[in-house]
Amino acid sequence: MKILVCISKAPDTTTKISFTDGDTKFDESGVKYIVNPYDEWYALVRGLELKEAHGGSVTTVTVGTAEDDATIRKALAIGADDATRINVKPEDASQVAAEIAAYAKEGAYDLVLLGKETIDYNGSQVGGMIAEHLDMPFISLAEKLDVDGTTATLDKEITGGVQTVEAELPLVVSCAKGMAEQRIPNMRGIMAARKKPLNVVEPTNAAKQTSFVKYALPAPKSAVKLIDPNNMDELVELLHNEAKVI
Amino acid sequence: MSEKTAIKGGEFIIRDVKPEDIFTPEEWNEEQEMIAKMCDDFIAQEVEPNLERIDEMEEGLMPSILEKAGELGLLSLSVPEELGGMGVDFKTTLLATERLGTGYSFSVAYGAHTGIGTLPILYYGNQEQKEKYIPKLASGEWKASYCLTEPSAGSDANSGKTKAELTEDGKHYVINGQKMWITNAGFAKVLTVFAKIGDDKNLTAFIVDAESEGISLNPEEKKMGIKGSSTRQVFFNDVKVPVENMLSERGNGFKIALNILNIGRIKLAGAVLGGAKSGIDYSIKYANERQQFGRPISKYGAIRHKIAEQVIKCFVTESATYRAGQNIDDAIQAFIDEGMDKEQATLKGIEQFAPECAILKVAGSEALDYVVDEAVQIYGGMGYSAESPVERAYRDARINRIFEGTNEINRMLTVDLVLKRAMKGELDLMGPAQEVANELMSIPDFGDAPEGVFANEYKALKGFKKTILMVAGSAVQKLMQTLAKEQEVLMNIADLSIDTYMAESVLLRVDKMIANKGEEACKDEIAIVKTYFYDIADKINKSGKDAINAFAGGDEAKMMLMGLKRFTKIDGYNSKEARQQIAQRVIEAGKYNF
Repeated sequence: MKILVCISKAPDTTTKISFTDGDTKFDESGVKYIVNPYDEWYALVRGLELKEAHGGSVTTVTVGTAEDDATIRKALAIGADDATRINVKPEDASQVAAEIAAYAKEGAYDLVLLGKETIDYNGSQVGGMIAEHLDMPFISLAEKLDVDGTTATLDKEITGGVQTVEAELPLVVSCAKGMAEQRIPNMRGIMAARKKPLNVVEPTNAAKQTSFVKYALPAPKSAVKLIDPNNMDELVELLHNEAKVI
Repeated sequence: MSEKTAIKGGEFIIRDVKPEDIFTPEEWNEEQEMIAKMCDDFIAQEVEPNLERIDEMEEGLMPSILEKAGELGLLSLSVPEELGGMGVDFKTTLLATERLGTGYSFSVAYGAHTGIGTLPILYYGNQEQKEKYIPKLASGEWKASYCLTEPSAGSDANSGKTKAELTEDGKHYVINGQKMWITNAGFAKVLTVFAKIGDDKNLTAFIVDAESEGISLNPEEKKMGIKGSSTRQVFFNDVKVPVENMLSERGNGFKIALNILNIGRIKLAGAVLGGAKSGIDYSIKYANERQQFGRPISKYGAIRHKIAEQVIKCFVTESATYRAGQNIDDAIQAFIDEGMDKEQATLKGIEQFAPECAILKVAGSEALDYVVDEAVQIYGGMGYSAESPVERAYRDARINRIFEGTNEINRMLTVDLVLKRAMKGELDLMGPAQEVANELMSIPDFGDAPEGVFANEYKALKGFKKTILMVAGSAVQKLMQTLAKEQEVLMNIADLSIDTYMAESVLLRVDKMIANKGEEACKDEIAIVKTYFYDIADKINKSGKDAINAFAGGDEAKMMLMGLKRFTKIDGYNSKEARQQIAQRVIEAGKYNF
């Protein structure tokens, strides 16, 4: 089975987020990047598990610049066989999806896996767009994926329950929590990563379709107000007049 | 040999080192960063969620965590590839030790297994012994303990009473005796046991199968801290050990013990660094969350002072630890280039920097103790509760000033090693010491003042080194043979050396950072260096004064004290503002971020 896993970088979860240029740019100074956890823990690790069970190969693909190579090599350390970086700065979901699809078309992959979203922009769009470009079925938010022959069986969470779906390969799947367990790269993996191929390919120069205009941080959390448990009237009064929720 | 690799252990006292000659933690490569992250992930996944169970000594838990570490390759970082290991360089093993140093009792079990447990066989074993034991120790299938200490032989390790006698058929040694404070004893399969054959003056080391007949264990010791680390007494009652299990040669055991402990000392500095960073993170987090008088306590100067001081001590320790780590790697490489095999070269390389290893052990463990002590203080009443994370950190930290040689033994060792090298002519202390003595009697040379942001500090550093030379040189002359017994003076000289080494290390690190990133980007690090120097100048002055007044008198003492005043002079500096600035940075980030 030939598996392609889309890998994106995302700021480390403890990053302090701030903006520059009149709130139009994300301030990257001092930011540490990690592999987007949904891509790493779920898509990549499940891809590796399927390869281990059925044979085949796991290739990663990333749209990004040379600055992304460290996060790509992390994916290689975890166990991907080879990696490709499409050498262009990602601008929006449609550009990224078009670039990945153009690359994936050449590879005749049985499965294209990616995280359900990146933890920075949370767009959740790329998977569906890739499927459209490749004319493949797309299953989003899958938390379980098994393959038998050319048929994939997937579980996905729906409100109040779980839905089981079946689809024929080739297939695009966006992976959610539950798909696999985090795999810590071992020393051999880390040392092998530098010897594994990291191919850089030029982009097709797909156009972006949207532009970021402005960023804003969420309003800071206000302080907690403590009310004496015997003073219910005050609580009701505050909830009604100040918080305006009742 | 390049000039860089020619730097020798203890030489910092007489030699000026340039910033470009040292390694700084800003230079970790991608692979090393990945190893560090792997260790962080391992602690977060396997150790943090199990801390309570580990401390309760749940049967089989610690060995299983060690085995998981083995699966990741973490038990075999120092082991060469041909014996199933990773063969990474020394400073990378230090980095892993640092990151796993946040694992409380696990970090002790890990350190004991991979260090004193595995290394005696790796560095002193013959090919057969290495092939038999190392791959299984590297994978974690077998765990190892180091049996040196006895009830009556602690710091005086060579005085052990455990005996080994050759059987009449010459095929076995029979070991009898008692060992104490043996880490990992509860689950170890392989023991390195030190015993004396017949009336030998020196110890001999043996590899002993822990399942041999005649070995029994006392129950687990009830300890103040590191409660999850298995620590038991091991009794040897007519234990038969095949003669081929002797490690190295008869009588070579004490040397093995010292050399292995020596490695353990610098590794301990790595481990305490991890503990210190985690202690600082807890302190900052709590100080930011805890509100009193309507504001988070991280807004108050008294708390900010503590946090800044924690950061300074940690950053300084880190600077010195990895500086020495690179020096050791360079020395190892130089020995390999001379044709020595890797294991021999590693031993020699680390031995070369034995004074620095002892210095780092003392400075690192004392930095950690400061950090955890103030962490408890920042937590206030909560810090005294067994439910707070800093309570465990506080208790667990304390052992670091005791094991791997007490800090007192290590202080004396620092001075002893340097003086012995001077006596042997390996280190020219006497020439420079004489120059300083001459300088005392001449008109002070104000010379060319150094320039740049650290002009004041480089000048002070020269003075600190002169202080060591003046005090140590004069102490040797005055006290001659009795110096070894004047422990208070030795402590003073050790402190002079420790403080100077740490000060030089942090100065060189930040100067190198400035060269790469410019002054503006390093303003917080500059504040660390300046605050440290401002404080340490007084401390060096006090150590020097105490020593001089202890062995000199009259005009001679007066002259030295005048020299001391000049050597430890430093310009005024607003350390209060500097600490505010340092604290602000980490409080804003919510974590240690240097």
